[in-house]
Amino acid sequence: MATSHAHDTAHGHHDAKPYGMSRWLFTTNHKDIGTLYLTFACIMFFIGGAMALLIRAELWHPGLQILDPVTFNALTTNHALVMIFGAVMPAWVGFANWMIPMQIGSPDMALPRMNNYSFWILPFAFMLLLGTWLVPGGAPAGGWTLYPPLVLQGGDNLPMAIFAIHLMGASSIMGAINVIVTIMNMRAPGITLLKMPLFVWTWLITAYLLIAVMPVLAGAVTMLLTDHFFGTSFFSAAGGGDPVMFQHIFWFFGHPEVYILILPAFGIVSEIIPTFSRKPLFGYESMVYATASIAFLSFIVWAHHMFTVGMPLAGQLFFMLSTMLIAVPTGVKVFNWTTTMYKGSLSFETPMLFALAFLFLFTIGGFSGLMLAIVPADFQYHDTYFVVAHFHYVLVPGSIFAIMAGVYYWIPKWTGHMYNEKLGKWHFWLSAIFVNVLFFPQHFLGLAGMPRRIPDYATQFTDWNMVSSFGGFAFGLSQILFVIVVVQCVRGGAKASARAWEGAHGLEWELPSPAPYHTWESAPDVATIAHGAEH
Amino acid sequence: MSKKRWLVAGGSIAAAVAGLAGPAFAGWDGLNMTKGVTELSEKIYDLHMLIFEVCLVIAAIVFGAMIYALVRFRKSKGAVADTSHVHSTAYEIAWTLLPVAILIAMAVPAARALVVIEDTRNSELTIKVTGYQWKWQYDYLDSGVSFFSTLAESSNFARERGSGIDPNTVENYLLEVDQHVVIPVDTKVRVLLTANDVIHAWWVPALGMKKDAIPGFVNEIWIKAHALGTYRGQCAELCGRDHGFMPIVVDVVSKEDFNHWVEVHKAPAETVPAAPQAQAAPADAAATPTSSTNR
Repeated sequence: MATSHAHDTAHGHHDAKPYGMSRWLFTTNHKDIGTLYLTFACIMFFIGGAMALLIRAELWHPGLQILDPVTFNALTTNHALVMIFGAVMPAWVGFANWMIPMQIGSPDMALPRMNNYSFWILPFAFMLLLGTWLVPGGAPAGGWTLYPPLVLQGGDNLPMAIFAIHLMGASSIMGAINVIVTIMNMRAPGITLLKMPLFVWTWLITAYLLIAVMPVLAGAVTMLLTDHFFGTSFFSAAGGGDPVMFQHIFWFFGHPEVYILILPAFGIVSEIIPTFSRKPLFGYESMVYATASIAFLSFIVWAHHMFTVGMPLAGQLFFMLSTMLIAVPTGVKVFNWTTTMYKGSLSFETPMLFALAFLFLFTIGGFSGLMLAIVPADFQYHDTYFVVAHFHYVLVPGSIFAIMAGVYYWIPKWTGHMYNEKLGKWHFWLSAIFVNVLFFPQHFLGLAGMPRRIPDYATQFTDWNMVSSFGGFAFGLSQILFVIVVVQCVRGGAKASARAWEGAHGLEWELPSPAPYHTWESAPDVATIAHGAEH
Repeated sequence: MSKKRWLVAGGSIAAAVAGLAGPAFAGWDGLNMTKGVTELSEKIYDLHMLIFEVCLVIAAIVFGAMIYALVRFRKSKGAVADTSHVHSTAYEIAWTLLPVAILIAMAVPAARALVVIEDTRNSELTIKVTGYQWKWQYDYLDSGVSFFSTLAESSNFARERGSGIDPNTVENYLLEVDQHVVIPVDTKVRVLLTANDVIHAWWVPALGMKKDAIPGFVNEIWIKAHALGTYRGQCAELCGRDHGFMPIVVDVVSKEDFNHWVEVHKAPAETVPAAPQAQAAPADAAATPTSSTNR
């Protein structure tokens, strides 16, 4: 690693990293940008979480106690937008930045300056989105799905939210281009596509999904803009348009988006379970093919989000069958993870605990997803708390737990310190228990008939709402532990070895901990790659 | 560790029930989908239970295998990894084809039910439902009866912030309206759905179906209820400020009572559609069927 840096003095910034604000503002270093993304995601996670807690506080008891209905709707809308576009997606780009170059033996991302732009767009996008809380008429309150005609009733928030979404989309597309170009062009010699770690694979496929669908979302919201301000009638029946067309376009973006949020999680879990089973991933190639199949299927299932809009019978049957098919590659993944543990030698450090919770709880979300695919049953489930429970099971103990798992797994590499295992385990157990107290009762609420997106409810729903709200506050407060663990770990702690985990394999573990500011300035040689892969 | 695993997977739910939710539960009713009182709602309920049970069986097997692995292959118990155990084409084929078979087995009854659901022919009565922010309008196309239905005043007062009224003291809080929809029992009723401003969705769980009411378009569903009673539902598509406050109440009455109700309501409806208040009084008098509140 420690090769001569004599040539670097020619392009000034290379060796000495600048200090203070300018380091972060102007950085083109993949690790710095990764840190920026992850920090941003963490801040957004707490902002979105605070919104969720306000929602759960209002739903603690029937009757309106603290919020008026418009504010409540604005909170549900913004909670979703902030969590999806502000927390989970940037967290994945943060992981991509940190890990992909180190895992494929590349010195940096392929397009470092664009990398900087794509991050620094985000704070402005969210200033715009969150700034809507200050304008007359308040924040957007038509649901994160932005269905017209309702969303067009928004006041000044509408153009602001739309421009914010445009910016987020541009940022995501730039991030995705960067990931694809990096993976396609900057792998060390010897790392063929089917030798890439699964995290790299899942991100490659995610990046293609992003490039395919973010422009679709941009188009959809632009049509909202012209309908509202320039007299078009894309979504207005009075002018010959169709409000349902928006839903088709939105969900053509929206369903691949779901996999954008979960595929990198599959990748991380596929790194962690083998590490702590001390055994290579079972069925590596089938994992790659399963990921690609899921990505392909994600383009032909969108209308299962809108079975109640009134589609032809043939359409309903098609979308039911294609949706059910997704269970097959997803099942393959779950079976492969489970079989990886067979004949392994398992230990249960915090990253493994989060990965295992992911395995169990994401599977529960998969089951409710299968139930939702059955169209006749969906006529009862649709737009109830059953759906809320379903997508929170795949997003919170799904995506978020995988993010937590990834942070615990790689933070020794990032900081050079081991985190506090005891606090990490406390964080895990509190999160794992209370996430269930929070979301499991919502299945019951939905089946018993409670619609989603209502600020007040009939009294028979009181008990489970109280349980859910209690779980929500306990889960939310538990996340403060996460910040404590991370901050502690950044500041100090037991020295981490290069291969922080006994069973870890992959090129990133061939680098010292903490990883130097510049890594793989010369590509790893065949022996290094073999050593990394074999271990 | 295995005990803790259980806790993660499901036990915390039990903890939640035991620790927190002491106060009266509505029993199993509050946990599961209602079976409802129509041909479709019962079909849907049966499908729901079938897919749920299939999921339970798969869950038992998959979670069982996971828990077995977690217990059996612990490093702390001296397990040594078999690093050659990394691939099996036979396994991969098996766990691809088996789920496909299960899914096909599930898709068949679902498709059958869907065909019945979509068949709105041969209805004996047609009601047009129009969603407004935030109330429903009902037009009986065969007889000309027409009225609006809005949240009952008792709920409307209690729901205001700082009203000082405990929702628990309000009968059918948020699920009562000034003017019930009335339909005859054992009659195939076609319901046409549309909206005047934004998208709404008409949903009464006991009647089985939910469908969007979309401005400029007409959707249809059908209902054939076989039990007298009052059934309550809500708007199920976010429609703005008072989305949570535009309930639906349907009275299923005998055919004779229904004909009588139509006669009473016909006259004012044939002229200019009267204000809802004007119709409220006779409606309450006429439409009080054997009330077995479903929810």
